[in-house]
Amino acid sequence: MKLSKTLMATSALTVAAAGAYAAGHGMADSMTLVSWGGAYQASQQNAYVAPYLEMNDGVSATWDESSAEAVAKLRAMNEAGNITWDLVDVVAADAIRLCDEGLAMEVDHDELLAPAPDGTSASDDFGDLIVSDCFIPQIVYSTTFGYRTDMVGDTPPTSVCAVFDTEAYPGKRSLERRPIANMEWALICDGVSIDEVYNVLETEEGQDRALAKLDTIKDDVIWWNAGADTPQLLADGEVVIGSTYNGRLFSAIEEQDQPIGMLWDWQMFDLDGWIIPAGLPEDRLARVQDFVRFATDTQRLADQAKYISYGPARASSAPLVSTHAELGIEMAPHMPTDPANAQNTFLFNYEFWADYRDDIDAKFQAWLAR
Amino acid sequence: MSDATAEPDKISGPTPDNALRAGDRADDGPVLAADGTPLKRSLSRALRAQKLRALALIAPLLIFVLVSFIAPIFDMLFRSVENQIVGETLPRTVVALADYDATSDELPRDEVFEAAYYDIFIAAERKEHTRLGSRLNYEQTGSSSLFRKSGRGIDDIGEVYQDQFEDLDENWDEARPWAELMGDPDWIAAQDAWGGEGRMPRFELRDGISDLLPRTAETYQIFARFMQTEEGESPLEEEPWTVVHTALYQDLLAGDVSGYTGPRADMLVAADALVESPGFETVVFRDAFEEIDEDWLNPEIWQTIKTYSPTYTSGYFLNSIDMQKTPEGPALRDEDERIYGLLFQRTLWMSMIITFSCILLGYPIAYLLSNLPMRTANLLMILVLLPFWTSLLVRTSAWKVMLQQQGVINDVLVWLGMVADDGRLVMINNQFGTIVAMTHILLPFMILPMYSVMSTIPPSYVRAAKSLGATNWTTFWRVYFPQSVPGIGAGSILVFILSIGYYITPEIVGGTSGIFISNRIAYHISSSLNWGLAAALGTILLVVVLVLYWAYDRIVGIDNVKLGG
Repeated sequence: MKLSKTLMATSALTVAAAGAYAAGHGMADSMTLVSWGGAYQASQQNAYVAPYLEMNDGVSATWDESSAEAVAKLRAMNEAGNITWDLVDVVAADAIRLCDEGLAMEVDHDELLAPAPDGTSASDDFGDLIVSDCFIPQIVYSTTFGYRTDMVGDTPPTSVCAVFDTEAYPGKRSLERRPIANMEWALICDGVSIDEVYNVLETEEGQDRALAKLDTIKDDVIWWNAGADTPQLLADGEVVIGSTYNGRLFSAIEEQDQPIGMLWDWQMFDLDGWIIPAGLPEDRLARVQDFVRFATDTQRLADQAKYISYGPARASSAPLVSTHAELGIEMAPHMPTDPANAQNTFLFNYEFWADYRDDIDAKFQAWLAR
Repeated sequence: MSDATAEPDKISGPTPDNALRAGDRADDGPVLAADGTPLKRSLSRALRAQKLRALALIAPLLIFVLVSFIAPIFDMLFRSVENQIVGETLPRTVVALADYDATSDELPRDEVFEAAYYDIFIAAERKEHTRLGSRLNYEQTGSSSLFRKSGRGIDDIGEVYQDQFEDLDENWDEARPWAELMGDPDWIAAQDAWGGEGRMPRFELRDGISDLLPRTAETYQIFARFMQTEEGESPLEEEPWTVVHTALYQDLLAGDVSGYTGPRADMLVAADALVESPGFETVVFRDAFEEIDEDWLNPEIWQTIKTYSPTYTSGYFLNSIDMQKTPEGPALRDEDERIYGLLFQRTLWMSMIITFSCILLGYPIAYLLSNLPMRTANLLMILVLLPFWTSLLVRTSAWKVMLQQQGVINDVLVWLGMVADDGRLVMINNQFGTIVAMTHILLPFMILPMYSVMSTIPPSYVRAAKSLGATNWTTFWRVYFPQSVPGIGAGSILVFILSIGYYITPEIVGGTSGIFISNRIAYHISSSLNWGLAAALGTILLVVVLVLYWAYDRIVGIDNVKLGG
């Protein structure tokens, strides 16, 4: 009896206090941000979360490192009717799926996001990178190759097809354990032109052709699941060449001084950005909108590039990219979008993979298991 | 003296013996307890009270387990047959497809295209069409983009009609006239009076409008209620979707509105005249669908919708045994897409190997532990338990460091000259790595039950056997080992069941040949989002474990399993 009275009194007080606060600000005073952990999350923390919290006294932010399972978890939260996340960092393909499933909120980019300093509207500044109505782009990253400089002799690889050349570059290689990007590289190295890749890959014969090409190196491949695997395998000398995200390779090369070189040929661009979960209560939504506007403005996205070598998604941020926060080296040449690096590139084909992912993945996994 | 001690049978009165004797004398009527009630009743009352008390004591745990464990598991497993999404998203299409022969390789009737137009339009407004697209994409590659494209393009059909009605009379593109035509006057009055606070008065159709304009009334009502509940907008201020204009055209074409005298009669009659006029532009649904995407003229998509239209489907279960649902019935998948049978076999086979290695390695340790002096045994026990206090990931990653080609073991072997530097052993990212790492991780689950059984085997038996002339081996094999079998049984069940569902270790050290079925389940839960298939695979795994458990009970007997004492 006594306990329940105390509880009721306390909750009444809390409600009253919260009500008073909300009336004053209309915004919740805490946010749960979901990201990938590691160096990437640290770059977000340094570039805009810490500055935002400094500007807004009394607001707190909690990180949840669940981006890899964001779609499944959001789906489960939605079914349980209790969304505990306020802002979720996902790759573009997941953003499209979340939008499709109605789990992410559609946003008006021009209304929500700040215009560029010269007045260009946000939707023009981000341009084509807004691949879904729910998606608020942050960075352009790429999946590309790193190789051991001390294991390739005097002829460091210059073409992605070095991966398939076990004679010139003997040793193991690491590839991601999924068909995306691997199938494209296999076809390119089998003589298919980039414009034709997806037309070929649509057909049974094309899929078999790509798998046949991968079959030539199957015994030499270590398949990875986590982005940290390849840098580790390269550092251990387990593989001579391997694919991973370019930011991981940057940190292995520049921050950890490993004997690794970058191979930018036919890197696959992909996007990463925020989505706001659908169905947030008003005060939390107001807080998140306020934060996102700040965190994706031109300067903040350029600031993020001080900590990690991913290209800012705004066109207006590119000229503002400066030097690494600790190493002091110029960051522009390490960006996947730098003209010197971006001679042969392709963008993750969201529409194609949305359609063919289930089918090709079944084949790919069956091929792997054989 | 002798009366009291030597002849207890002579004692009269309520003693247990007398009660038993009374029970034996069946012809003496019901046995009575000390207080005169029949014994049976008083016993069962006492027992019932006891049972209820026991039940009350475990009730919190029971309810907790039911609510937080059993119920979610069944809810999840139930998804393996659930398939409401097709029928709920495309209700009219499913009905129209009822008499469509999916094996005929022909396109369905025009009515099906018409039904699909209404369904997809409404689904697109509700943003449900892409969800259905991803569902059907599991069965038919390309469905995902087909539905996304259709959601974008489906507006075009209605716009043709909307434009023509609007050219005739601006009011056809206004919210208010539509609402007056379709809505109940009482509702309009209530909606007008609504001040923006609380719930809107629910939209009601005007009497008789459903008979006059059936399709229009149906679609308008869906539109109006969607605006009210989902968008929080008043239908009095929102112009209707173009699907309502299409419905109006169809109704005017089919029915006669000349006798209509209700609100906005002039508007409706004029529109009727327009529809009948020769210059009126119409759209054939089938052609419109072809324009959106040619795939709609491929019978395959219709066959898929038809095959997956029932509320419950065996499709996921068929998928998980490498088969698929086709219009002709279940069929095996292409050879290059079969994977689950292989993975189930591999999971069972490798779990058995892991269990067997655990027995081999664990038995001597458990024997040692139970036969050493307490002090030393306790110290060794800590070493056995130590891995429990280390993170699973750390232990697995440690095996990576040990086993990889540039790892500790290979380095030592090369240094000793036992293998050549270019011929380093491949011991990880394959089955060997998985077996080694999992045997290590699961070993304590084998040692502990073995130890607790062995420590209860009296050493005097062994001594007795030896004193009767048995050799060491005979003593062990004939006397000691049979008594330790219950411990092996318990350990084996634990290790086998744990390893059959193991996920993280095969994922890290399994490469491609060492992964288990649970890795595919995890993939379908978190990456492909095909929860139905994941649930089907999980159900099969559960059933396999239960069957094995049953078989074990039949062969070995579950009474022979001991976790201790």
